[in-house]
Parts: sequence; structure tokens; C-alpha cells
Amino acid sequence: MIETRGLRKSFRSRAGRETKTVDAVRGVNLEVAEGEIFGFLGPNGAGKTTTLRMLATLIEPDGGDATIAGADLRKDPAEVRRRIGYVPQGGSTWDESTAREELVLHARMYGIGKADAQQRAVRALDAFQLTEYADRKCKTYSGGQRRRVEIALGIIHEPKIVFLDEPTTGLDPQSRAHMWDEIRRLRSDGMTVFITTHYLDEADALCDRIAIMDHGEVVAEGTPAELKREISGDVVLVGLDVAATPQAAQTLDGEPYVNKLETVDEGGLRLYVDEGATAIPQVLRRLDHAGLELRSIELHRPSLDDVFLTKTGRSLRES
Amino acid sequence: MKFARDTWLIFQRQIQLLLRNPVWVFVGVFQPVMYLLLFAPLLKPALNAPTQAAAYKIFVPGLLVLLAIFGGLFQGFGLIAELRAGVIERSRVTPISRLALLLGRSLRDVVSLLVQAVIITLLALIFDLRVFIGDLLLAYLMLALIALMTSAVSYGVALKVKSEDALAPLMNTVAQPVLLLSGILLPLTFAPGWLQGIADWNPFSWAVDGTRALFAGDLGSDKVWQGLTITAVLAALGVFWAARQFARSVR
Ligand SMILES: Nc1ncnc2c1ncn2[C@@H]1O[C@H](COP(=O)(O)OP(=O)(O)OP(=O)(O)O)[C@@H](O)[C@H]1O
Ligand SMILES: [Mg+2]
Repeated sequence: MIETRGLRKSFRSRAGRETKTVDAVRGVNLEVAEGEIFGFLGPNGAGKTTTLRMLATLIEPDGGDATIAGADLRKDPAEVRRRIGYVPQGGSTWDESTAREELVLHARMYGIGKADAQQRAVRALDAFQLTEYADRKCKTYSGGQRRRVEIALGIIHEPKIVFLDEPTTGLDPQSRAHMWDEIRRLRSDGMTVFITTHYLDEADALCDRIAIMDHGEVVAEGTPAELKREISGDVVLVGLDVAATPQAAQTLDGEPYVNKLETVDEGGLRLYVDEGATAIPQVLRRLDHAGLELRSIELHRPSLDDVFLTKTGRSLRES
Repeated sequence: MKFARDTWLIFQRQIQLLLRNPVWVFVGVFQPVMYLLLFAPLLKPALNAPTQAAAYKIFVPGLLVLLAIFGGLFQGFGLIAELRAGVIERSRVTPISRLALLLGRSLRDVVSLLVQAVIITLLALIFDLRVFIGDLLLAYLMLALIALMTSAVSYGVALKVKSEDALAPLMNTVAQPVLLLSGILLPLTFAPGWLQGIADWNPFSWAVDGTRALFAGDLGSDKVWQGLTITAVLAALGVFWAARQFARSVR
């Protein structure tokens, strides 16, 4: 459905007198299949929005090309526009308009006739539970209501693909869960959904496949389960005082059941082990022998954050 | 056909939002009325005009051109608000014509200017201003072209600078000399030669002269076709340039 080859984009920005070049996206190759929810996971500034804006024809790539719903991004951006929907990260509604007006206008910008546009607006308002507020100005909406209007705008013309840039950022947990349901509903309607997020749980629970992005590059791609499987074993997090951490590291390093050991800046260790359940008692015993007091011990099954950590050396939570 | 439809779509939306804003109706209508009423007593002696009607024939066209210039130049602020709200980005992912995105907005500005112009003309009639209807319509055409150009340029610049902080001083810097050197409020007949020489390079000065000739009933004057040609060419260039900004603006 989407195929990109070596998509690149740099920005030149001026800071005082110097001009700096930011390589926002450095060669992204992606394949997104029809009817899946594809997630773009990455920290702030990873280049997610820039990639999406290129795919949505808003900015021209510096290099590479892409085929989107069968249309060539470079050669026929107008056709790409007809086939996609795009919901920007920063909002897209006008304070003084109502949801209904926005929906009708947006449908008509796609060349849809007035009567048809009005019917579509009614259906969209209903599907996103907005009918109650349909004729109130957008500035009176809550964040969640407004986000729903924006997503309704993105799909009013029934595109084959919709790009949602951080659809759930800023929503409370309940609205987020609702939004996930809406997005799954889009998939069951046969739409291909391309979302960006920096929530690990969202990528894990909602997306069929994900690409992890960092510093403008895709560092891993696959289903959440596949990616986690690549990181064999469990992680044991040992909470220690900063002062005790080096000695503990020495004590545990080289133990046969520890595959890899990392120290945590705030004090403590991260142990990669095959089987957490058998490793924990042994860790406790060793530390006890060495006379080291530990603050906490936790067992982690591999998460997408661990995938991110192994690929980039940083935690997504920290960055 | 698609282009006309797209333009109409944007125009309709913009007019609807304009009417919804009571502040505009107030400022847009009362401001020119104030000009007319507060300036009226000063006019005759200041312009050394034989009659009140003669004074208005000079002052009203200048006032209208002034409104057209300023009404247009400051429209960019509204666009920056739309840019910030993501409305422009949202429009740019649809297949709508980029020229329509600009023209729909600029035509709203032209229409709102013409409404002001009609109100002022009607009021001036009370003060004994007399103009032939044909001349008046041509004068309105000139005003429409000026407003089209200044609003298009303002939108184009807004898309380039993307911030009110940059747009405000920029527009002021452009507007001040243009205004002073166009003889808008007072004709440059009494100005020293060098000043008139500079004014010859100011397209708005030609526009004002043309509009004054029309109000004076001097349809055959060269100033009329010269003014119209210059404003038409500049309006076309302004629209062309601004539409390109719509096509490729990056946030
Ligand atoms: N118009 C621009 N001019 C200059 N730099 C830009 C521009 N747009 C993006 N960048 C830079 O490109 C990099 C990638 O930005 P991008 O918005 O794609 O990140 P992101 O992954 O969407 O981040 P976030 O999660 O914060 O939305 C950042 O360093 C950003 O500062
Ligand atoms: Mg982003």
C-alpha cells in the first residue's frame, strides 16, 4: 500500500548567524501492507512528522521516492492527495467554525458535491459520537472531542490510507482507549492506517506492525511480537543505591546466568537473563553474600522499550 | 471549472466567517464613516477647494485607495492564524486548486472593501459629491484591483515569514512610504519637483491619479487607462506569486 525507497529530508535552520543543517530523515525504506495499522514509534525529533509530511505531499523529499496507494509521490502528487487522508499533529480545525461546517467544507475540498458532503458529515459525526456538539464552535470542544473531529476530517472522503500524526497525544486514558477503538474500526472498514506515536503501549496494543525510528532512521521493523522475540530473554531490574552499584556490578558480572549487564544512572543494574524466574533467587543470594542491600527488584518481560534500548542504546522513556 | 468551483468554495467559507465576526462589521463600516465625518469640516479650506463638493472629489478617491491598500496589506495576519491552526496544511493535502486557496481569500477582501467603498460613496453623496455611475464603476474596478494585489502580496509574505512579529513591521515599512508618496490624502500638485519624481515610481500614485480623474468625470484622461493597466498588471503578478507560495509553503 505504501512503499518508500530511501526517503530523505534535511532542513536548514538559522540559529543566530550560523546556519545549521538538520538531517531530519535520512533514508527511510518502508513497506506498509493494505488493511493494517502501521505504527511509527520514536522519540521527539526522530523524524516521524517529517516523514509523514513527505508522504502526504506537504513537503518535497530531498531524495528517494515512494509509491502510495499505487500513485507515485514524485510524479503524481495530485493523485496521491486524492487517495490519502492526513491528520496533522498540531490540529487542523478553526476555532470559529462548527464541526459540521468543517466536515462539509473538507469533503467539498475533495470535489464532493454539496448534498453528498452534508450526508457524509452526518455519518461521520455519528460514527465519532459528535452529533451532540456538531453545531457548536470548535473552540468550545474538549481536547478529545476536537481530536475526534480532526480524525473525522481526515477520513471524510474515504481514502485508502489515512495518516494520523500522534492521534492520542494529550488525551486522558479513557479517551485514548476510545480513540484506539475508532482506529481499529477504520481498519475493519478496510482502510490502511499509518499512525505515529511515542507511546510504547500504544504501538504494542494497537499496531499490527511497527517501525522504530530514531535520528531520522528506521532502526527496527516488524510486528511487536517479532521485535520483542528478537530480544531473547527477560530483564531483571535491580534497584540499588548509587554508591553500591559498582560493587554489585562487579559481583554479578560473569555469573553464568547473566547474559549482559548494564548500570542504570540513578543507581541499580539491568540484567539480561534467559529466564527471570530462576535468575532472581540467585541474584538475591549473591548480593546477600556480598553484604549489599538492595532497594527493589523487578522482573521485566521484554517490551518495545527494550527493543529500542538494544537498537539505540537509549531508553525511549528517557529520551 | 474545477478552479472556479474551488474558488467559490473558499470564498463562501471566508465570507461566512467574516460575517460571523461582529468586530469586523463594526470596524469595517464605522472606521471609514469616521474618516468622512471627522475630515469633512477640514476639507474645503485645506484643499483650497472652491466648494465642498470639489473638495470631496479630491478627498474621497484618495480615502478609498487608502482603504484598499491598508485593507489588503494587513490580511496576512488572518492567514498566519489559519496557518497556526493547521487549516492551511489541512487544505494543502486535499486536491483543491492552490490558486483557489489564495483567490477565495483575496476575493473576500475585495468584496469587503467594495462594501466599504459603496458606504462611503453613498455618504459622500449627502455632502454633494456627484459622480457618473459608469465612472464610479470603473473607479471601483481600480479599487478592486488594488485590494486584490495588496491582499495577495500580504498572504504571500505571510506564508513566507509565518509570524506576526515579522509581518507587522514589514507591512508598516512598505505601507508608510507608499502612502506618503502617493498623494493619497492630499494631491502632490504642490510638492517640490524631486518629490513628484519619486512619486512617479510609486504605482499607487498612478492608481490614485486615475481614481481622481474618474471621480472628476474625466474618463478620457490618460491617467485612467494608465492607472488601470498598472494596477491590473501588478495585481496579476501579485496573485501569481502568492499562489506559488500556497503551492509550496513549508511550515
Ligand atoms: N520546518 C523545519 N525547519 C527546521 N527543522 C525542522 C523543520 N521541521 C522539522 N525539523 C527538525 O527535524 C527533526 C525531525 O522533526 P519531526 O517533527 O519530524 O520529529 P517527530 O519525530 O515528529 O517528533 P515529535 O515526536 O516531537 O513530533 C527535528 O530535529 C526538527 O527540529
Ligand atoms: Mg511529530
